[in-house]
Amino acid sequence: MTDAGTETSATCENEAGVQGVWRRFAVQRIPLASAIFMTFFVVLVGLWPWIQPHSPQVLGDLQFEPPGPRYWAGTGVHGRDLFSRMMHGAGLSLMVGASGALVSLVIGVSWGSVAGYAGGRVDAVMMRVVDVLYSLPSIIFVVVLITTLESLLKQWFSKSFSPELASSTRFMLLLFGLGSVSWLTMARIVRGQVLSLKNRAFVSASRALGASHAHILWRHILPNLWGVVIVYLTLTVPSVVLYESFLSFLGLGVQPPQASLGSLIAEGASQINSIRVYWWLIVLPSALLATLLLALSFVGDGLRDSLETRDRS
Amino acid sequence: MIPLLLGISFLAFMLVRLAPGGPFDRERRPASPEIERRILEKYHLDEPLLKQYARYLGGVLKGDLGPSLKYRNHSVSDIVIQGLPVSMMLGTCAFLFALGLGLPAGFYAAARQGGFGDYASSLVALCGVCVPAFVVGPFLVMEFAIRRKLFPVALLESPMHLILPTVTLGLYFAGRVARLLREGMLGLRDAEFVVAARAKGMTDVAVLRRHVFRIGVLPVVSYSGPMLADLLTGSFVVENLFQIPGIGVFMVNSSLSRDYTMIVGLVLVYAVLLLMLNLFVDLAYRWLDPRVSYD
Amino acid sequence: MGNCRFKVQGLLALGLATILILSGCGRREPRADVVIINGTDPESLDPAIITALEDYRIVPGLFEGLTRIDPVNAQAIPGLAERWDVDEGGRAYLFYFRPGLRWSTGDPLTAHDVVFSWLRLLDPRTAADYAAQLYCVKNGEAYSTNGITDASRVGIRAIDDLRLRVELNHPVPYFLDLCASPTLSVVPRKTIEALGDQWLQARPLPSSGSHTLEIWRLNDKIRFRKNPLYWDAANTANNTVEFLPVGSPATALNLYERGAADIIWDKDLVPAELLKDLKQRPDFHDFPYIGTYFVRFNTTRPPFHDARVRRALALAVDKRRIVERIIKGGESPAGHLVPTGVANHLAPESLGQDEAAARRLLSDAGFPQGEGFPVFEYLFDSAAGGGSKVHAKIGVELQEMWRRELGVRMELRQMEKKVYLAAQTGLDYDLSRSSWVGDYNDPNTFLDLFLSNNGNNRTGWKDERYDGLMRQANVEQNPRRRSELLRQAESILVAEEAVVIPLYFYRGFQFYDANRISGIHGNILGMNPVRTIRNSEATRTNGGVVHDRDARASAAAGAGKPQ
Repeated sequence: MTDAGTETSATCENEAGVQGVWRRFAVQRIPLASAIFMTFFVVLVGLWPWIQPHSPQVLGDLQFEPPGPRYWAGTGVHGRDLFSRMMHGAGLSLMVGASGALVSLVIGVSWGSVAGYAGGRVDAVMMRVVDVLYSLPSIIFVVVLITTLESLLKQWFSKSFSPELASSTRFMLLLFGLGSVSWLTMARIVRGQVLSLKNRAFVSASRALGASHAHILWRHILPNLWGVVIVYLTLTVPSVVLYESFLSFLGLGVQPPQASLGSLIAEGASQINSIRVYWWLIVLPSALLATLLLALSFVGDGLRDSLETRDRS
Repeated sequence: MIPLLLGISFLAFMLVRLAPGGPFDRERRPASPEIERRILEKYHLDEPLLKQYARYLGGVLKGDLGPSLKYRNHSVSDIVIQGLPVSMMLGTCAFLFALGLGLPAGFYAAARQGGFGDYASSLVALCGVCVPAFVVGPFLVMEFAIRRKLFPVALLESPMHLILPTVTLGLYFAGRVARLLREGMLGLRDAEFVVAARAKGMTDVAVLRRHVFRIGVLPVVSYSGPMLADLLTGSFVVENLFQIPGIGVFMVNSSLSRDYTMIVGLVLVYAVLLLMLNLFVDLAYRWLDPRVSYD
Repeated sequence: MGNCRFKVQGLLALGLATILILSGCGRREPRADVVIINGTDPESLDPAIITALEDYRIVPGLFEGLTRIDPVNAQAIPGLAERWDVDEGGRAYLFYFRPGLRWSTGDPLTAHDVVFSWLRLLDPRTAADYAAQLYCVKNGEAYSTNGITDASRVGIRAIDDLRLRVELNHPVPYFLDLCASPTLSVVPRKTIEALGDQWLQARPLPSSGSHTLEIWRLNDKIRFRKNPLYWDAANTANNTVEFLPVGSPATALNLYERGAADIIWDKDLVPAELLKDLKQRPDFHDFPYIGTYFVRFNTTRPPFHDARVRRALALAVDKRRIVERIIKGGESPAGHLVPTGVANHLAPESLGQDEAAARRLLSDAGFPQGEGFPVFEYLFDSAAGGGSKVHAKIGVELQEMWRRELGVRMELRQMEKKVYLAAQTGLDYDLSRSSWVGDYNDPNTFLDLFLSNNGNNRTGWKDERYDGLMRQANVEQNPRRRSELLRQAESILVAEEAVVIPLYFYRGFQFYDANRISGIHGNILGMNPVRTIRNSEATRTNGGVVHDRDARASAAAGAGKPQ
């Protein structure tokens, strides 16, 4: 592939495909370290139920115990081990974030790029749909979603599958609800980028050469979008995770006794006061969330740099 | 725009009726079902939905958003007129704060890409994104209002009262603006016009400033539409925390209390703002990047 | 970065911000003598509409009834009526008005205003939630539910300007308490007839109470000013009072700590997690309060239709642990529904804590060691706003107690408030978190909930004996015998049938500096009249209390700009 405008100093090897991306990724120190950390953490969260010293659900007699050798992250009001709760919560929050990101990626990017590329009336209609969905009250939407579907799905699950699956109905609906509101801004941003990109020289040139729309969109426009898409994805994850904690606060999110990392933080936020501070309840979950999201962003940056070179030869 | 608002109001109107519980369901029910029936009748909630919607629309055309079903002595219009300016004031301050902090930070990070400055400013920006307002706010209050007594803790009585809420609200958006600008600018490193400008012998900073910023800011501009609509209509967390009499609190509470008229009224206000802002955004594209066309 | 665009932007931003800020300020008033953090924003100030505690606490300042509340012991004392005669064994009351009563606008206030106010409360067009408070009046219920339309047949009659006769269906031992309830206070006829639903927006708003309404801005503040024409104005202890609607406990405490408010008097605004420390402070005041936290059973759903199962669950609850580890406000574990200290109340039989007996009962019911017991759900609401998540915490404790002691598995089902209410009303739950705060100082305000036909029963439980005992108690004229009948009924409810598991009795909390603030008391109703609250610093500095920089600044800003 050769295009006008991409004839410039290509920085990396001319290797396409997953292997090439990986090779370019692996030379970047911070992103690589972050990726390793994330992988390690996800594995740890997955294995945690089998290796945990304390169950996150079992109530203890030591209330508000500061971090120590027994409880690594201390305990809260019920005397439950905060460290275990953080690990479980991180698992839930990562799932919430991942599903939000996935929906943004699939629906948001395709919606936005098609709207921007097609332009004119199609663009106007598609963007108005986004505006309408964006305007509707999301809390009511989630309430309606959960109340109308929860009991139906629950019955169906417990009949056709297992009661364990049935008890996670609420969480699945939550993922669905969060996903369905998380792609809207992504669509807007992508569409804005496409509007600007589609008149750049290399696209016009390709069009002049008789390339099909699908080809142009896929081979020329999308590769130039990855940067913004990845960065906005890394911004979507925290916003979805925090929105989930807000919904939990309203009683619509993750069901107690479980808690997501976001709701642990929300719970801990009430510890910031002038009288007495159980610092670990707010500092540790916040730090874990920030670390995870930072790592995710650095992975995103690295991925962007490795993907971007693809179109330059 | 009018048909769009019609559609939005209709969808919102129907959606809120799907949610279980009504505005007059309370912990303690009236002693007789007759009273419950009377209340519904008084607010026409016993009529068929379409008729109710037509009635509502008739009111809206006359500029009347109806009575609030929770605050029954107030009309929705009064509540909006009273609260919206306050939310808009705070939102504007937060928006300016977000741009004032986010744009320079993003620009700096893009200019120093891969260097220490890039990582440092990205780290700060990401912290702004990751640490939620309900943590930042109480922390700022503790440190600067309770301990150092530099600012008031809450309420809105003087410009000093605006500072902590502005920072709390703006920090999150500042982080996002910085990330988006950095990315928008980095994406253009090798674009044809940038290369051309460099070939003409312009220095790097000059190229960034004159050419790259202009196009690189587009993602931020796209994001500004929804962001500003959100900011201007207030934030539940910040208004609740700082006891600010805006409409952000109503945005959430009306949903929770099933205050039908208020929900739809606020949705309309929000939609008008959003549509107008997105129109501005489209105009701004054309101004920033003259090659943008909408065909 | 010497970027000129940033400079221009900065200048623009600065200019715009300045304009906005200037336009937003200057609408502030000088600080009131007393600033009270009252809880969530009142929905209304109309006596016929209000139902929430927050509203109940402040409306009596604007509108007074025939009687009013003594702040020390919550007893009804003479209000607009200076004395009364009781006839026909408690079936009729004759109230004598104070001569020369006036509305704050100067119009005379007479017995006819009471007739108007009470009929308005009953009028189906008003659709007042609490109209039932006058169902004890002869033909009151019929008039309210359209049985009769002729108002003159209702047992409320003004003999002349100064005398009012009220006829009741049966003796009501707490009728004078009802007369002090904000719902039955006297409202201005002319204004209501002129403005309809918007009547509270009238300025000046005629008031029959100790204060007039100066400002009512939703989500911002309510400001009262002393009513000089109030009959007892000489004893009104303050000139201005402000009520701040604060949703977040942390914010309430911060405002109080910095002196922007003098009093916090809502128990939900005291951060639960800090209670242990706050209780040690001299400005923390607590008192017994007419409220109970309990768990409802849905008695229509197996296995909870079986009283043995309900009793088993009730016996296995460690209430002390909940009170000491979760609530922490000095609340007492509850063995029965009606809080200790309520007038005319005798303690009924109650189930204690006995895990062995619980296991036996469960085994008798066919679930030895919990085997075969279905997974059930505990419904509770999210208590958004308060944020201390007490309901969830209690749910977590109960879940663990029953799992450990009885081997039964309970899941927690958290719902948003309205969904929770709808589920409770529609009996779409197994167990449900509940609470009740009494309207007046008598066991009846709790016990009539569980009558078969009461809309607030919400358990599906119907019991002939219970209904019969309650009916008997209602017409019983001897107070001792009446209390005994109520005691028997309550024993059925909480011990024999165990329809509910009472967990603990509420306590009320107030924050104020007793060196400065006086005239505020903790009474069992948790309602302190505004008129008696005095701020000694306010009277010294002539209206503007100054103990903080914020307050001083706002007082200065507001001084030149009267609203």
